[in-house]
Amino acid sequence: MSGTENQMTGAEIVLQALKDNGVEHIFGYPGGAVLPIYDEIFQQEDIQHILVRHEQGAGHMAEGYARSTGKVGVMLVTSGPGATNAVTPLQDALMDSIPLVCISGQVPTSLIGSDAFQECDTVGITRPCTKHNWLVRDVNELARVIHEAFRVAQSGRPGPVVVDIPKDIQFATGAYTPPSAVPTQKSYQPKTQGDLKKIEEAVALMKSARQPVIYSGGGVINSGPQAAHFLRELVELTDFPITSTLMGLGAYPASGKNWLGMLGMHGTYEANLAMHDCDVMICIGARFDDRITGRLNAFSPNSKKIHIDIDPSSINKNVRVDVPIIGDVAAVLEDMVRLWRAAAKTVDRTRLEDWWKSITKWRARNSLAYTPSADVIMPQYAIQRLYELTKDRDTYITTEVGQHQMWAAQFFGFEEPNRWMTSGGLGTMGYGFPAAVGVQVAHPDSLVIDIAGDASIQMCIQEMSCAVQYGLPVKIFILNNQYMGMVRQWQQLLHGNRLSHSYTEAMPDFVKLAEAYGGVGIRCEKPGELDEAIKQMIDTPAPVIFDCRVANLANCFPMIPSGKAHNEMLLPDEATDEAVANAIDAKGRQLV
Amino acid sequence: MNAHLQPTGSAYFIAKETELAETHTLSVLVDNEPGVLARVIGLFSGRGYNIESLTVSETEHEAHLSRITIVTRGTPHVLEQIKNQLERLVPVHRVVDLTVRAAGLGHERPIERELALVKVHGSGEHRVEALRLADAFRASVIDANIDHFVFEITGKPSKIEQFIAIMKPLGLIEVCRTGIAAMNRGPQGM
Ligand SMILES: Cc1ncc(C[n+]2csc(CCOP(=O)(O)OP(=O)(O)O)c2C)c(N)n1
Ligand SMILES: [Mg+2]
Repeated sequence: MSGTENQMTGAEIVLQALKDNGVEHIFGYPGGAVLPIYDEIFQQEDIQHILVRHEQGAGHMAEGYARSTGKVGVMLVTSGPGATNAVTPLQDALMDSIPLVCISGQVPTSLIGSDAFQECDTVGITRPCTKHNWLVRDVNELARVIHEAFRVAQSGRPGPVVVDIPKDIQFATGAYTPPSAVPTQKSYQPKTQGDLKKIEEAVALMKSARQPVIYSGGGVINSGPQAAHFLRELVELTDFPITSTLMGLGAYPASGKNWLGMLGMHGTYEANLAMHDCDVMICIGARFDDRITGRLNAFSPNSKKIHIDIDPSSINKNVRVDVPIIGDVAAVLEDMVRLWRAAAKTVDRTRLEDWWKSITKWRARNSLAYTPSADVIMPQYAIQRLYELTKDRDTYITTEVGQHQMWAAQFFGFEEPNRWMTSGGLGTMGYGFPAAVGVQVAHPDSLVIDIAGDASIQMCIQEMSCAVQYGLPVKIFILNNQYMGMVRQWQQLLHGNRLSHSYTEAMPDFVKLAEAYGGVGIRCEKPGELDEAIKQMIDTPAPVIFDCRVANLANCFPMIPSGKAHNEMLLPDEATDEAVANAIDAKGRQLV
Repeated sequence: MNAHLQPTGSAYFIAKETELAETHTLSVLVDNEPGVLARVIGLFSGRGYNIESLTVSETEHEAHLSRITIVTRGTPHVLEQIKNQLERLVPVHRVVDLTVRAAGLGHERPIERELALVKVHGSGEHRVEALRLADAFRASVIDANIDHFVFEITGKPSKIEQFIAIMKPLGLIEVCRTGIAAMNRGPQGM
């Protein structure tokens, strides 16, 4: 670019670059250091800005938006406290590999380092919680940096990035470079195509497997609809059983005949035993996280492991694998399906009969069973009813963090990818509601429900005001057990049932709270009235807080206590008070 | 974060867990941009890896490239992780484990050199002794008056350590070392 063509102010460049990267919505909150950008937002109509009530809310909204659409989520915050409030969702997005671009204002370059009003070292603070970040000191670099930010956020293993823009750069005039004119960066070029030799090796292993299991994860969702398509095809062709992590739910349909349910700490008996006893494990877009593996030296001791991941640093990090395949899940699975088809004639399907017999036996154990009640609403029952009454609709589910999250994962059946948004890696209470607002922005006509806990919902409840402002009819379905249930459960299991600060003494009246914000409140206390109340919630064309009063002391089972192996899980019918009290030894108590 | 300290998951490889820690020298080619060193160091401290020595300087001015040389210590498993984690950083172009490369070329180790400035009291009979030893180590005198010397010495780290140890009883005042610069023998670049 030369001369005066394409000359713009920094703030104009920001808006132009966002448009050129396909952005339609941004979630943000104004402040002194971003006023020039807000002035530009005011003067255009292509991009809709959603005004949040707390920057953390903006970040989780952008995450929900991204996860439900496959697009990059964008947030905009001011310097200092605006940026520090963004840290939690940035780390959340880093751990769950969600593509996010955060634009932050910074004090003018001449004031950087002077402890100016609302100054903080944003790139320093966000360095470890982003894939990459930039402080832009030259307006002529601004467009290139923003384009590069979008590239980095969505290529390879997706993640959050920050572009920190000092206020004088927003005012300064410089050249705008469109994305097509930006020279491609030489470093950071992740590989997407898998090594064919390795894929052949994997197929050979799979052909000879007698007790195989597919363990899929959030990477399948990130890779896009094609990945879920090929995953389903692979399961169909091989007839292998499949389980998934919390983050991967929906990639394979819960109604599919090879589905074992979720695995891990609160996974099903059949999923965890299949993982423990398998002879070949095919890990697809998952990362052998500690919630999945349990005690590492007892994890699936007799299996050969195949690991497909786009991030080489995930390979051999926690668990050694035999056949690593580095590449994008969709690309690798496409090759794998093709190779399997070519070899199909030589595969003996009957070899899996005994394995399926074992699985049938494990399934019969019915590890998600709970004791129903006619007097109080059991939390599991509430999720089951919510599922039954919404499954034929166009529904998206988000969650907060705690028991309700695990019950949602266990009892809500996901048939499609991108329908399930939850904070898996960081476990952020306060994620679910803003995430649901973000999902609703992207899918205005869909039914979006945040399955919440009474404690978690209070962490970002202020976004009710945002939902009401934009007419976003998000539903908050609170499993209100009056406790931080998951904390209480751990205290019962690990700390002699001393319930230190896990009971909420002064719970707000959620119905009045909804009304105070201009939404609708619904309360339900009786199992017999639940269906009607849920229907009423679904039919309300406004934000709803549903206060579902559930049994206070229910525990979430099955559970593999920390430090235990997959075949040492606590099952609901065996979890007597004594078994629960002795389940975890002193060593396990030190783990998280 | 210390998963590498725990037993591995797969029973096949449990034997490997007896792997001993090794010292390796890594060469990392990075964009010379603000904060790149902080990213590298933050990665090491955040994930609990060791840094025994670290040097950095721009090596290709036009291309804005710097070369970081890191001496680190860990089991082969951890060393592999370090390399993978470094390669994940956006401004990192290449990571080469020079120690592994040297072994592949049939050498015991890569060429590793360091420079040190060593200030010593030098009066009386110690003065002559210090000068004599410096000569033997091919250290040169770059500053001196009647009661001190500043020596400049380059060489392998072991040679520098030896020189410093010898200077101690002669009245060592202070030492400044550059950290290690390293590359492999032979015609190929990194
Ligand atoms: C921001 C944050 N702080 C603390 C925790 C620790 N924590 C995990 S679950 C939980 C309790 C959640 O209670 P509630 O939302 O009522 O859900 P329940 O377990 O009762 O379903 C807490 C405090 C967390 N995950 N996130
Ligand atoms: Mg609760």
